[in-house]
Amino acid sequence: MRSIRTFKTAIVALRRNVMRAVLTTLGIVIGVGAVIAMMEVGNGSSSLIQKQISSMGANNLVIFSGSSNTGGISSGAGSNMRLTPDDAEAIAINCPAIKAVAPVVGSRTQIVYGGKNWVPQNMQGTTPAFLEVRDWPVTEGEAFTERDVLQRARVCLIGTTLVRELFGGQSPVGQEMRVNGIGFRVVGVLAAKGANMMGQDQDDVLIAPWTTIKYRVSGTSVSNTNQSAAGSSSGGTASASPQSPSDIYPNVTVSKYPARNAQQTKNNPMPIRFANIDRINASAVSADQIDTAIKQMTDVLRERHRLAPNEPDDFQIRSLTEFSTMLASTTGTMKSLLLFVATISLIVGGVGIMNIMLVSVTERTREIGLRMAVGARGGDILRQFLTESVVLCLLGGAIGIGLGIGASWLVTYLLNWPTESSPGAILAAVAVSAFVGVVFGFYPAWKAAKLDPIEALRYE
Amino acid sequence: MSLIELDNITKTYDLGEVQVPVLKGVSMQVGRGELVALMGASGSGKSTLMNILGCLDRPTSGSYTLDGQEISELSSDQRAHVRNEKIGFVFQSFNLLARTTALENVTMPLTYAGRSIPDKEAKARGIEILAKVGLGDRLHHYPSQMSGGQQQRVAIARSLINRPPLLFADEPTGNLDSKTSDEVLEMFQKLNEEEGITIIIVTHSIEVGQWAKRAITMRDGLIESGAYAERTAAAAQQFLATHPA
Repeated sequence: MRSIRTFKTAIVALRRNVMRAVLTTLGIVIGVGAVIAMMEVGNGSSSLIQKQISSMGANNLVIFSGSSNTGGISSGAGSNMRLTPDDAEAIAINCPAIKAVAPVVGSRTQIVYGGKNWVPQNMQGTTPAFLEVRDWPVTEGEAFTERDVLQRARVCLIGTTLVRELFGGQSPVGQEMRVNGIGFRVVGVLAAKGANMMGQDQDDVLIAPWTTIKYRVSGTSVSNTNQSAAGSSSGGTASASPQSPSDIYPNVTVSKYPARNAQQTKNNPMPIRFANIDRINASAVSADQIDTAIKQMTDVLRERHRLAPNEPDDFQIRSLTEFSTMLASTTGTMKSLLLFVATISLIVGGVGIMNIMLVSVTERTREIGLRMAVGARGGDILRQFLTESVVLCLLGGAIGIGLGIGASWLVTYLLNWPTESSPGAILAAVAVSAFVGVVFGFYPAWKAAKLDPIEALRYE
Repeated sequence: MSLIELDNITKTYDLGEVQVPVLKGVSMQVGRGELVALMGASGSGKSTLMNILGCLDRPTSGSYTLDGQEISELSSDQRAHVRNEKIGFVFQSFNLLARTTALENVTMPLTYAGRSIPDKEAKARGIEILAKVGLGDRLHHYPSQMSGGQQQRVAIARSLINRPPLLFADEPTGNLDSKTSDEVLEMFQKLNEEEGITIIIVTHSIEVGQWAKRAITMRDGLIESGAYAERTAAAAQQFLATHPA
């Protein structure tokens, strides 16, 4: 009740000198406006940077098979093939911190188109989700589908380097090329990504359904695959070059046992091997969710692989920590810079408020004296002037928020910069302007409250 | 029981190097329902006495009882409360809030009342009192739209809003011409007679003083005459006994 009346009194007092109130609050208006505009523009660019960095793979997580260990002899990471496409699916379903997940089988073999040939650095069999994991758009044509994966369709996406090397820059979509002797139809071209952090050309790539790569091209896992060089253990027919060392030293294991006949197979069925894959690529929802994502995936995989609590993981999860730390520090620097500028402009605005409130107190000395004479206590006067300055600051803050949003809209509209509204900044602006009102309004209000009613009444 | 009782009030201003005694032991009484003029030349200490009587200032020594309450020892917040409840002020320069309607000016003191008064009641009271001072048709006028006499009547209405038993008027006619002066003084007289409000008019003008039933005159920090309304012989005896010449 009383506070409502104090508030009304403040409004009435401010309305008595609208022009001055507006000018007083201009500092806050500009301060808050600048903060909001900067926050929105800053947020926009920082999320653009984040997006760019994460397109480089900052959010990416790679799950490798663990090492197999037989009789004390370890075969290194990836040798214990226990990852399956079902694992990838289970991760997609059960890990909320994971945005997308794709199983991957690798291969390396020669591609022939017309009179040209090329061995891409990366030949990956996966699912369409891989494009989402790597945040990799298709610029021409379109991606292959889940259906292609199920049907082992001979379709593929190629990077721009392949387009240049094999197709001489002409559109490859719909063309058929031979991969390890098998005809593949090119359905799309991947957007150019350039070199990665290691200097590796990321566009030197071919992506196809993992079933196609696994069962038609390599026929086995990546651990002993280099068709271009080996070709021997592959299900493929043509070896790339008859002079390769694997032709001279074939590594095909000679079967030591006679083939089983139908009856034997029926009596003693061999366990069916599930289709294992080389690795699983996943991407976390955001860079700061990576740790959570790793934990969730570990839980899911341990359960699926039926590992007892004391057994070590039979897989390894790797994240690009270097990237994500860089990402965090980039946004951190940006935020603290903005905060610094914001603080300065609000302090300047606050000093303006204090200045005018001091003038106002002097000017209204008689009014203060009168109010004291009719029974206002020092506290009442203090509260009244504090309320005035807080109301002034809040009004300024509100106008500033409007201006800031308008300015950031203009920036988007005219300069085409990305902006992103930031509710946090708006809340902070309101809180900060109230705070500025209290802090910088206190001294003038205190001065008013300390006036002697007799002298105040006599003041000319 | 008198409304106001002063006993040997002194006020000395401490200017660091020198002590300036302004009131040198004032004793007086004002009964309920009196209309008193407090008179004296400038420098006689009448303003200082009025400030003490109006609970705006505290005496250096002595005792001041207002409406049965000892005032001289109260803190400034407590005095503010006393001013709000028991005293109305009318000033020479009206002291109305600019760009604020008559009604809002009048109800302003209710903001500081000890108990909170609903807006509706405050408004009703303001309208009633403005009607009483003859400004029922100017509720929403601003001070700048009113004549001096009207402004002073708004000020009187404001001083009455809390229904105080005591009203101080500090040179209430100082800024008014003689005709409106008479109107304002008539109003004081009417309030005194009809409402029984004790009124103390501080003035240096003889004509204004003549409207009062009793004049207290001051000179050099002491009351020259009229400190007590009527004094029985016994009271006079006692007075002489406690205040040896």
